Amino acid sequence: MNDSPGAESFADTKRREQITNPQSQIVHYPADEPLPLDCGGALAPLSIAYQTYGTLNADKSNLVLVCHALTGDQHAANLHPLTGKPGWWDTMVGSGKPIDTDRYFVLCPNVIGGCMGTTGPSSMNPETGRPYGPDFPVITVRDMVRAQARLLDHLGIDQVLCVLGGSMGGMQVLEWAATYKDRVFSAVPIACAARHSSQNIAFHEVGRQAVMADPDWCQGRYLEEGRSPRKGLAVARMAAHITYLSDAALHDKFGRNLQDRDKVTFGFDADFQVESYLRHQGMTFVDRFDANSYLYITRAMDYFDIAADHGGVLANAFAGTKTRFCLVSFTSDWLFPTEESREVVHALNAVAAKVSFVEIKSNKGHDAFLLQEPELFDTVRGFLTAAARRRGVEGAQGWLP
Amino acid sequence: MVKPGSRVLDIGCGDGTLLRLLAEKRDVDGRGIELSQAGVNSCVTQGLAVIQGDADTDLEYYPDLAFDYAILSQTIQATYSPRHVLEQLLRIGKHAVVSFPNFGHWKVRAQLMFGGKMPRTPNLPESWSDTPNIHLCTIKDFLDLCDDIGAKVERAVVLNASGTKLVSMPLFAQNLFGEQAVFLLSR
Repeated sequence: MNDSPGAESFADTKRREQITNPQSQIVHYPADEPLPLDCGGALAPLSIAYQTYGTLNADKSNLVLVCHALTGDQHAANLHPLTGKPGWWDTMVGSGKPIDTDRYFVLCPNVIGGCMGTTGPSSMNPETGRPYGPDFPVITVRDMVRAQARLLDHLGIDQVLCVLGGSMGGMQVLEWAATYKDRVFSAVPIACAARHSSQNIAFHEVGRQAVMADPDWCQGRYLEEGRSPRKGLAVARMAAHITYLSDAALHDKFGRNLQDRDKVTFGFDADFQVESYLRHQGMTFVDRFDANSYLYITRAMDYFDIAADHGGVLANAFAGTKTRFCLVSFTSDWLFPTEESREVVHALNAVAAKVSFVEIKSNKGHDAFLLQEPELFDTVRGFLTAAARRRGVEGAQGWLP
Repeated sequence: MVKPGSRVLDIGCGDGTLLRLLAEKRDVDGRGIELSQAGVNSCVTQGLAVIQGDADTDLEYYPDLAFDYAILSQTIQATYSPRHVLEQLLRIGKHAVVSFPNFGHWKVRAQLMFGGKMPRTPNLPESWSDTPNIHLCTIKDFLDLCDDIGAKVERAVVLNASGTKLVSMPLFAQNLFGEQAVFLLSR
């Protein structure tokens, strides 16, 4: 490790520790229990890192599964081991919060392809003794869910009370409801879609190209070379971050305000506050996320298309389902607009599923599901309580929403 | 009017009172559509399957005959296209149940005739500039519409403002003394 710009940094070393030795609970599946993958291959050995909050009740009926999004991880409601910041869903998960850890046993696993302890491209390939890198198989959202199902088997859970998630987390919820119908009592897909649109794919492609254009990416073998494609990944993050915010909110927050100066410098420094903000977003991201993971997970989202897996008709995916659904979208989310959620609602109506749908007024864009949104909290709290009562979770009859 | 154990869609379900009642008393498999966020939230909190939507535009997404009963309670007079909404109801449900305030009631006629102002009654409490009611009608008007679109009236119940059924009487009397009307329709 030296001081040249593209070399691995101390932050990289700290981050890599989480791959092999995460601050999480972890399950290891040996080489003779491979996880079959949609690409035709298999993953073995497989490790799944996860966090839990709350207590599992006696008849195992209060388990709530939380699925994280593209750049999230299993640390939904605890301080992040690398950044020290509160968990990504600290707003929703905790004692007395909508996903109440006093009532429910909350499980949040790291997805395969990730970099916080579950097997991913930065994990050790047993056949070579070196990190997988670009040899890691291309995984899908269904593969992620398949791995989670295996984790549930390991914990002795047959049916979960509820699966919830936003963005890619919401995609996993839909995949759960389509593929493991009997294992999902209720589902809350938030700010998501049944497939990535052309525009969504385009944005992800820009991000991937930025990573792969970084000379320190080394065709994906940067770990072996002791280098780190930080700049490329930071740019990818900057571009993606813009898609998570609304035009109005961005303007409200920054406008054309200048960063610590009275006038523009006629140069390419971060003159505007919004530039400084984005650069900061990029720099902090690379300290906690692996470049190859970014490639693999964005790819999984691009490949996601539930209707295509079921003869091109979305309704077919949910035929015969008894799961109770509650879809949530946000008015200023232009990455996964309300129309996408409505399409899923229509498909569910067509198969007579029990579905609720709420569009929440917010100017916070796609990121709204991570932020202080009282309507979201009320909806989730109410829906979960009702589901718990319906399922007969012990004590739930006395719970006020 | 609603048989036990049937599938019901309550359009304009408000805070879910009717849906909950039907579920508890008639073991109904119910769904709802409601325009207001507050209403939808209230319903979701009670465990009801309710989606946020507009009766004028969102009924087309339901498949034909998806429900035994499509209920439109005290809402038709607030829709932009009552004829279109009524047709959708009869497409979606084997039966439609429609209730509305009767603009032909004698109190309404009296206030207009003698007061010269738009009527305000227990069933029509808002002032003309504040009310969501943009397509008011009388019982006779409604019957004409049903005739026009080929809907069959299976049952008609006429009520006073507090919901008490009025004894059976000829049409002109229903139109004079009924403050609310409930119709069971089919095609």
